[in-house]
Amino acid sequence: MIVLRSCGPLVTHQGDGHPGHMGDGLSRAGFADVRARQEAAALLGVAPEEVGALETPGSPLEIACEEAVTLAFVGAPMEVAAEGRPVPWHASRRVGAGEVLRFRPLGQGVYSYIAAIGLTGPDGTDSAHLTAGIGRALESGDRLSVEDRAQPPERRLTAAPDRFGGGVLRCVPTPQTSLFGDEVARFEAVSFTRDRRGNRQGIRLDGEGGFATEKQLTLLSDFVLTGDVQMTGDGVPYILGPECQTTGGYPRIAHVIAADQPRAFQAPPGAPLSFRFVSLEDARAARPRSPGVEPLVRDPRDIPDLGRYQLIDGITDGRGDEGRS
Amino acid sequence: MEFPRIEPLGEAAWLVRFADRLDPAANHAAIAFRAALEADPLDDVEETASSLASVLVRVGGNAAKVERALRIRLGQTDWDQAPIEGRRRWSIPCAFGGEAGPQLGEAAEMAGLSPDQAVEEIAATPVDVLALGFAPGMPYLGFLPEYWDLPRQTGLTPKVPKGALVVAVRQFVLFDVEAPTGWRQIGRTRFPCFDPARDPAVALRPGDEVRFDPVADLDWIAGHMGGAVVEAVP
Repeated sequence: MIVLRSCGPLVTHQGDGHPGHMGDGLSRAGFADVRARQEAAALLGVAPEEVGALETPGSPLEIACEEAVTLAFVGAPMEVAAEGRPVPWHASRRVGAGEVLRFRPLGQGVYSYIAAIGLTGPDGTDSAHLTAGIGRALESGDRLSVEDRAQPPERRLTAAPDRFGGGVLRCVPTPQTSLFGDEVARFEAVSFTRDRRGNRQGIRLDGEGGFATEKQLTLLSDFVLTGDVQMTGDGVPYILGPECQTTGGYPRIAHVIAADQPRAFQAPPGAPLSFRFVSLEDARAARPRSPGVEPLVRDPRDIPDLGRYQLIDGITDGRGDEGRS
Repeated sequence: MEFPRIEPLGEAAWLVRFADRLDPAANHAAIAFRAALEADPLDDVEETASSLASVLVRVGGNAAKVERALRIRLGQTDWDQAPIEGRRRWSIPCAFGGEAGPQLGEAAEMAGLSPDQAVEEIAATPVDVLALGFAPGMPYLGFLPEYWDLPRQTGLTPKVPKGALVVAVRQFVLFDVEAPTGWRQIGRTRFPCFDPARDPAVALRPGDEVRFDPVADLDWIAGHMGGAVVEAVP
């Protein structure tokens, strides 16, 4: 069990989400940063479907592990301390029984993840969808179970990701893009900033002027997707998040491709965001490669009590996953 | 423009659109086509869903191959006329007017009816679940006669309660959450459209038929389904 000794607001359990329920009006939820899930899976040596995580939007946390477990720390970097000693981010760590870890935000990115194989929410719940009333925000005292199995060795990402400060988002047109006429060129030219207002339903963008279309109020409600850039009645763009509505009547000027949605949702308030249209072919080819990982070598002086760790299993060929692919 | 039409939605989904305006035949076609895709799934399709006039097809593989298969399937029958299997008929108790429906008088007047006439007509006229959306399990219901083609309010009602029955553009929506809306609230039910602890969590399905049974007071309503009764449509 992992025990939450203290927990700030809006920390949730996330995993695969709830795919397959668009027709019921339920968006998928799950990791807001799906790339972080792939990274956690690579660090833990399992398929993404086997990874569960605590997702924190920058809220500080303190956890205690009741038995030895390997945790992966991915997404927006946090400062981690294990009994006062610093712990690397973008890496996994074998946490000893009884060890206490503290997490503090560093102001980079938005969503940070503490992931483990088979980690479930309180009472076995999976992937909170607070907008839909599924699951709940975690609280101090909550206990989360992890799968009882051999724990993988410590690894780190071969390259630190750089999606935590905004940037250019590749996008494809939507069925309504043409309604915006000349505004589409301006949309591509404007440098937006991520507004303070934003959550797992969507993030608001600030830019020059509004982006209205004449047909704004007469559109038939239709499907909206996570990653759609929706214009409200007053022409303010929102990028729709993992807990967005499934249908809507506001026009969408663009759709951020899956490969760039992690960069969108990890952009902190004030970060620059801009858009570049790409072809459907390029969008489909933009699937990123599996994250590269390598063994993490820890200085034994950083390990306070060697006797709490199993030191002989999990030996690798030293080349990491990248060397095998 | 020619319908049905297949359009890309994002890079990994297709939208099969049967109309670009509210149209009973297109809604029927969307529900029937989606049901057919669920009954006999295409390769590489991860998920399907129907909305008021379109079908979402989420692809987990070769998008071009799925598009070709969709074109073939579209041509196999006249989806406006195809039967919808497994329809059910619901009767849901609903309190109209007063605190339960503060805008009944205003909405009825816009439709050219007295409040009593409006309630009588609604009680006598079953509507279909056209689509689920906005929040999980929340139904769009229709179609009401032409004179119920009320515009949305320009100013939003800041909050309607869970269970609110609202009306606009020849449709009802039955709210399952507290939310702001531009539609006018004419009644209230105790029907839980969505309950994550229930199996199935979502009560209604597109194509189901719903009739609202006027009751004087919701306080008398008992039972976990808000007093609703359901039967199969023969």
